[in-house]
Amino acid sequence: MKKVYASAAEALDGLLRDGMSIAAGGFGLCGIPELLIDALVDSGVKDVTIASNNCGVDGFGLGKLLDTRQIKKMISSYVGENAEFMRQYLSGELELEFNPQGTLAERMRAGGAGIPGFYTKTGVGTVIAEGKEHKDFNGETYILETGIVVDLAIVKAWKADTSGNLVFRKTARNFNVPAATCGRVCVAEVEEIVPVGSLDPDCIHLPGIYVHRIITGTHEKRIEQRTVREG
Amino acid sequence: MAWDRNQLAARAAKELQDGMYVNLGIGIPTLVANYIPEGVTVTLQSENGMLGIGPFPTEDQVDPDLINAGKQTISELPHSAYFDSATSFAMIRGGKIAMAILGAMEVSEKGDLANWMIPGKLVKGMGGAMDLVAGVKRVVVVMDHTNKAGESKVLRECTLPLTGKAVVDRIITNLGVLDVGHKGLHIVELADGVTEAELRAATEATIVD
Repeated sequence: MKKVYASAAEALDGLLRDGMSIAAGGFGLCGIPELLIDALVDSGVKDVTIASNNCGVDGFGLGKLLDTRQIKKMISSYVGENAEFMRQYLSGELELEFNPQGTLAERMRAGGAGIPGFYTKTGVGTVIAEGKEHKDFNGETYILETGIVVDLAIVKAWKADTSGNLVFRKTARNFNVPAATCGRVCVAEVEEIVPVGSLDPDCIHLPGIYVHRIITGTHEKRIEQRTVREG
Repeated sequence: MAWDRNQLAARAAKELQDGMYVNLGIGIPTLVANYIPEGVTVTLQSENGMLGIGPFPTEDQVDPDLINAGKQTISELPHSAYFDSATSFAMIRGGKIAMAILGAMEVSEKGDLANWMIPGKLVKGMGGAMDLVAGVKRVVVVMDHTNKAGESKVLRECTLPLTGKAVVDRIITNLGVLDVGHKGLHIVELADGVTEAELRAATEATIVD
């Protein structure tokens, strides 16, 4: 089966419908699927629920989907870098479900691993625990969190081989791995597609079984906070 | 007299012990890395998926694929390791990180921590703070003792939504160091030039000794 597609638009063809759920990889602007986000903007798909640690910044990354009002709900841990997000949220146009960052990552991992729920100490005694099942194990209280499975996962990797095996680079791996696994379909955009046999099978970060479609293209890779020291 | 930001960070750095894996929060906690004592080697964890955070890069080393949890560009060290977010929080939730040093808006005498949300104001999110305080073995809070209005941030009960309940072990402020005990706070140390009376006057929480 051919996994390599010519463009982001082609790779998303037939996968989009209004009201769908999407998991997106990335942390801040690091390792975000820029090209697929742009293609989502162009597609006009709307009322989308997106599980992503952040929501980009104004005018870049998932922030673009806010500008076009295509997002109905965000499931995120931190959205502090985005004025338009705040405006839509505070005016009631956008739903927001805050998840602690590790709970969000584990919900994606669990969903992708066929685990419908898990107990965690994270959030016990806070608003996050309200309405959730509490259970004691070995004298400590935990809350039940559910796995996330989404219609579509969009992720960014460094390299893919044509069978979909992915390799990430440095901290750009972040949410891309758990997000990829929780999608019924996963589309990956990469900086380079290489022939099978070029990647060391011992050094694959995400096996191709999780990756259904692949594209490559030019990434801006915008830096959110450039901090340097004197050389 | 009291500790300034850098003195506060330097005092917090004394909490670090050789061989520890540590997570530093955003703000003053990040400065702690500049004051790691001589002869002490600690490995800093960044919850976006890295162990072994290096210093800020030089201009020619800047790499958009290499950032810390505050989204700042950083560098790597010879022993650095990268991993995904689920693995990162597995080590946090699994109790593998020895210490977290975090900022706070309010701390209570029971060790409750509030550092993520002010109702009615800008809601940014908890990020990884709830996971860290629930999973890390020892939680040290670094903050100013009072807010801009001069009101104590060390309280009997937190007024803001909590990040975690009974999670803080030690509070380091510009006025001194306090430990959370079963019946209240214990004074461990006074900041330079601060008297016990001044510390007590600036503290709403119960100080038992």
